[in-house]
Amino acid sequence: MTITLEWYLALSALLFCIGVAGVLTRRNAIIIFMSIELMLNAANLTLVAFGRFLPNMDGQIFVFFVMAVAAAEVAVGLAIIITIFRHKESVDIDNVNLMKW
Amino acid sequence: MEAIIFILTALTAIVSALLVITGRDPVRSVLFLILTFFCVAVLYILLGAQFIAAMQVIVYAGAIMVLFMFVVMLLNLRSTDSREGTKLTRKSIGFVVAGGFLLVVISALKGAFNATAPLDKDMGTVAAVGDALFTRFLLPFEITSVLLLGAIFGTVMMVKREQKEQDETEAEGVES
Repeated sequence: MTITLEWYLALSALLFCIGVAGVLTRRNAIIIFMSIELMLNAANLTLVAFGRFLPNMDGQIFVFFVMAVAAAEVAVGLAIIITIFRHKESVDIDNVNLMKW
Repeated sequence: MEAIIFILTALTAIVSALLVITGRDPVRSVLFLILTFFCVAVLYILLGAQFIAAMQVIVYAGAIMVLFMFVVMLLNLRSTDSREGTKLTRKSIGFVVAGGFLLVVISALKGAFNATAPLDKDMGTVAAVGDALFTRFLLPFEITSVLLLGAIFGTVMMVKREQKEQDETEAEGVES
């Protein structure tokens, strides 16, 4: 049995949907953030898989840039979460449904 | 052989991803997410993307997850998060929407991409990726450094307490 492109795409679709479920069901802001990272990883896996079967290397370059953006995003996002925690003493997203009040 | 490695890694990735979103303890979620990232790194190696696999381990499983772990520990979320997860409607709606999305994507994939190609071993090496990165993609690469600099400034400005606020909290500490 050989592993075709379809297998990789199915796996990354599954990982992406687990991330979607995490964002929709959880209330802890940090868990939601981790689910977003999971979705980014699923998209990266798709890019690399397509690149391997085309074959074309540009997908891997794109994954590199996605990783750089993800690193920046995590730093800023966690800073926002820390700031919210200082104001509200909680990271429950139900407590932060108003931007300013 | 490749099929066995793929199936084992994929199963581990899926199970640990599910444990990330269902676990109640954020520290445990972070650890399972690291396991998921390692599994994805193994899949990158199976796909011949060695450089990306190394970056996955260093940047994602290393730097980013250390940051997550640091924040979870700093905020001490074990105590504040204990009353989570009672609303059943939110949970069921979330899982139904995610499942429906999965159904749509899988049905779109079915039979559409049945590609096989011989593995090009030189495609994902550090030399090949670096060559492309410093010739054809030089401008985006440099812009990335500006993005990271902006992220550093933004983070520092956001987390830094304002001087006045800090004085007030110090004064309160002295009074009490």
